[in-house]
Amino acid sequence: MSDVADRVKKIVVEHLGVEEGKVVENASFIDDLGADSLDTVELVMAFEEEFGIEIPDDAAETIQTFGDAVKFISDAA
Amino acid sequence: MFDLTGKCALVTGASGGIGGAIAKALHGAGATVGLSGTRVEPLQTLAGELGERAHVLPCNLSDPAAVDALPKQATEAMGALDILVNNAGITRDQVFMRMSDEDWQNVLDVNLTATMRLCRGAIRGMMKARWGRIVNISSIVGATGNPGQANYAASKAGMVGMTKSIAYEVASRGITANAVAPGFIATAMTDKLNDDQKAKINAQIPAARMGTPEEIAAAVLYLASPEAGYVTGATLHVNGGMAML
Repeated sequence: MSDVADRVKKIVVEHLGVEEGKVVENASFIDDLGADSLDTVELVMAFEEEFGIEIPDDAAETIQTFGDAVKFISDAA
Repeated sequence: MFDLTGKCALVTGASGGIGGAIAKALHGAGATVGLSGTRVEPLQTLAGELGERAHVLPCNLSDPAAVDALPKQATEAMGALDILVNNAGITRDQVFMRMSDEDWQNVLDVNLTATMRLCRGAIRGMMKARWGRIVNISSIVGATGNPGQANYAASKAGMVGMTKSIAYEVASRGITANAVAPGFIATAMTDKLNDDQKAKINAQIPAARMGTPEEIAAAVLYLASPEAGYVTGATLHVNGGMAML
């Protein structure tokens, strides 16, 4: 697993309080990992901070799953 | 009680009577204050009076870009933004049948839209800090209506609905959002009224007098304090009994 994926997973596990094993490629933050809409905003804020990038609102809305996040950040970084 | 040592507060409309009193009350409780307004001179005078822990942050609230930039400027100047007091407001009174689109829009832009932008900008840091206080200064007329003030009353009622919605969304993050609704308060604006006009106003107030800016500031200080952590989405009416809501 890539370094980006590890760091994203760590943030997701810490923020949502879910087991690491549940954070898989297709896991939806809201449907599978129990996030509410405010959690998704906070996750994006945490990703921005961790990776020193800016994620615009329209892009943030496309980040629905763990895999989406890893892909977006890998492309942006 | 009500110790704000180490907290950083941004107050808009701090050049006015009520805003100045709010800034003084928060500062007196130990907060670092950011004084915002359009007129720089009274802000600098107030900052001079307060001494340490006071920053002047001029902003034209009818300029959306300037409004969006203000929370960041405040955070940079003070080191944080824990308390946001949206006090700035304007009036463009006119009988409703003659109210122009411009008078309507200007009042909504400054009183409601700028408040929305400042709340949006401030919440980000508050979410990270897991602590925040938003206090929006509404008005008695937002609840009761007032002839000649359809635009102002709409903006002030709008603030209440927005404040409650924000309160719902961020309550789980340690952030509260409340409104204070002043009645008639003695300021430079009401000083212009003659004795006859003042007597007519006082006759409608059970307390038989206008309120003071300090009495509004005390309500804001309470809602900004750690002690008010379980109060959110509320509107605190400070009006001498003029409308018991």
